[in-house]
Amino acid sequence: MDAHTAHAAAEPHGPPAGLMRWLTTTNHKDIGTLYLWFAAAMFLLGGVAAMLIRAELYQPGLQITHPDAFNQLTSLHGLIMIFGVIMPAFTGLANWQVPLMIGAPDMAFPRMNNLSFWLLPPAAVLLIGSAFVPGGAVGTGWTLYPPLFIQGGIGYDMAIFAIHLMGLSSILGAINIATTIVNLRAPGMRLMDMPMFIWTWLVTAFLLIAAMPVLAGAVTMLLMDRHFGTHFFDAAGGGDPVMFQHIFWFFGHPEVYILILPAFGIVSTVIPTFARKPLFGYRSMVYATVSIALLSFLVWAHHMFTVGMPAAAQLFFMYATMLIAVPTGVKVFNWVATLWRGSISFETPMLFALAFVCLFTIGGFSGLVLAMAPVDVQLHDTYYVVAHFHYVLVTGALFAIYAAVYYWLPKWTGHMYDERLARWHFWLSVISVNVLFFPMHFLGLAGMPRRIPDYALQFAAYNQIASIGGFVFGAAQILLAIVVFKAIRGGAPAPARVWEGAQGLEWTLPSPPPYHSFTTPLRMTP
Amino acid sequence: MTGYYLPPPSHWPVVGSLALLCLALGAVLAIHAHAAGGFLLGAGAATLVVMLTGWFGRVIAESESGLHDAQVDLSFRWGMGWFIFSEAMFFAAFFGALFYARVIAVPELASGEQRLLWPGYTGGWPTAGPGLKDAFTPMAAWGIPALNTLILLTSAVTVTWAHWALKRDRRGQVKLGLLLTIALGLTFIGLQAHEYLHAYTALGLTLGTGIYGATFFLLTGFHGLHVSIGCLMLMVILARVQAGHFTPEQHFGFEAVAWYWHFVDVIWLLLFVFVYWL
Repeated sequence: MDAHTAHAAAEPHGPPAGLMRWLTTTNHKDIGTLYLWFAAAMFLLGGVAAMLIRAELYQPGLQITHPDAFNQLTSLHGLIMIFGVIMPAFTGLANWQVPLMIGAPDMAFPRMNNLSFWLLPPAAVLLIGSAFVPGGAVGTGWTLYPPLFIQGGIGYDMAIFAIHLMGLSSILGAINIATTIVNLRAPGMRLMDMPMFIWTWLVTAFLLIAAMPVLAGAVTMLLMDRHFGTHFFDAAGGGDPVMFQHIFWFFGHPEVYILILPAFGIVSTVIPTFARKPLFGYRSMVYATVSIALLSFLVWAHHMFTVGMPAAAQLFFMYATMLIAVPTGVKVFNWVATLWRGSISFETPMLFALAFVCLFTIGGFSGLVLAMAPVDVQLHDTYYVVAHFHYVLVTGALFAIYAAVYYWLPKWTGHMYDERLARWHFWLSVISVNVLFFPMHFLGLAGMPRRIPDYALQFAAYNQIASIGGFVFGAAQILLAIVVFKAIRGGAPAPARVWEGAQGLEWTLPSPPPYHSFTTPLRMTP
Repeated sequence: MTGYYLPPPSHWPVVGSLALLCLALGAVLAIHAHAAGGFLLGAGAATLVVMLTGWFGRVIAESESGLHDAQVDLSFRWGMGWFIFSEAMFFAAFFGALFYARVIAVPELASGEQRLLWPGYTGGWPTAGPGLKDAFTPMAAWGIPALNTLILLTSAVTVTWAHWALKRDRRGQVKLGLLLTIALGLTFIGLQAHEYLHAYTALGLTLGTGIYGATFFLLTGFHGLHVSIGCLMLMVILARVQAGHFTPEQHFGFEAVAWYWHFVDVIWLLLFVFVYWL
């Protein structure tokens, strides 16, 4: 693939100075940066909540919280990490990289792009503010189940509107990304020429547009039941609290693929670079991504095996869920086959990508265990589930975000990052994260329920190990902040093609790329 | 300047985000009967109107000065298409609730061990559930709702008639077609308002009438909201036609609103069949 790059030397309009630049920007790079810093700030908050949870669980009994505060901590931790960290970080990466990787001048709707970002701070104000109102924040977990949710205070309404704003932000962002990918590719770049990161984001955008409105509908029904006398989730009026679970998880399961598909794209970008081989099985990767997305709409009830469901429905959802292991397995094998006989080097992005392949696969396998309805009856709402989704979200989604940040940081800042410190970050993280989450499998198998501040004595040892791992993992993330700040302030200048094995249009631009790139369309010659 | 039009920095997005923050906070406070709620709601709504007017005004000005090439036009088409898809999924949540209640939740409440909890409950549809005792009369399909169906279907014809005229550059017919469509839309909203009043005053059918009342008012209410927004958009398009905007070749603003109007129409047909009729 040969790209003739051309970017206008003259800037048609430079950014305004100071704060106004960030408030009014229509530039995909600025907005990408805003998204990534927002995610970082939220990560700090969600991380503090996690540290408090692990501190409380360090030993049995109530040490630093009371049960209601603990419920609020776990709920806020989940909501912040999902809607405030992983999704905005992926959207930030898409903002920075999609136009660069497809040779577009910017996003399709630059002003709407800015609105998508600026809806997030108000949502954060509402969500975090809800912790400081009478009655406190939601204590239902991120799943917001009625009837408990119906009984909460004013903080619950703030959470509803926060979710509305975050959903609107996601929908507008996804419309923008999908339109950009479909309509703004460099002439000559066919769909099957697109980098995997672009493919996975196109499919993710579809999932967002399809799933987020369903969540908006679900929380609207909660609001109506709370204040306007409806009986959607009240059996006395012919409604059903289980109906909320169905609607919520119809959103919720596509949501978990929204949280992982861009990670697949990142890993499919990083591994070929450092294995110095093209991605193995590109077409099968594309088809696997699309299959996972379609299947994700047919498996939601595996989150609710224990609520009471006909055996036929349990069987259907069990087998449909297991079916997802097939395209996911295709991906894992393709990554391994890409490594096979590659000329591999182990820079930090590659380390995180390889850790992703190993540890995400552990999370995938525990997901298969949970997919079995009879086993799930035992494991539902235990720490086994907590272990499972933290393996796919922390060592999966988050590690992929780390890989992407290290991979593209020299491109964004124009400086190489401190590789030695970055490796410290990697090794401390990858060891501590396993100390943190692996014992939770045993806790769950032994029957420790999730979302409780206190537990029986026999769980103490593993909880203590997990907490120590958690504190080390939390502290290790300070290294990431140091590496990023150092790279922004200076460091060895990065060449245009930062990694010798890197392929793609973003590497044809200087590092950092000009404020406006690809203002005249390039032509791709296959 | 050639190539894809990239707008310069704009303050409208932040104004919009501020408006939505005011609306959200205002709604929370108003629900809890806090004095500041109404004020914040009003301020948010006013800011939102200013933002929408300013932002869309800017886009229209850009379009009229020829900054939108064919590729920008195609972006708008994709964007509107995805947006309507997201709206469809929003309605899908409420239709999902309706089907779940009718097919699973209500029959379940009237069978098996549930009978011990709710003795004498026989289920069926429409129902206000086993625990509510207030009597109500369900909304009949073959009165105003059937008339409304006819009205919306006719309005789909008139908006298409206006579109044909725009493509042949018959401005007079465009205006007439749009006027008729708006008139039909407003008639629909008027009849719907009358129906709501009738439901509350004569039929004993309210939001609190169990799962039937909840799904009835949420589905028809959100649909009515969409018809209202559609009418507003048609009025803007009529004003733009009056101002001499659009050409027979390029008039995506018109088409986007027409798409939206047809979408609202299709939702109504589903509503008529599953909420009123069956």
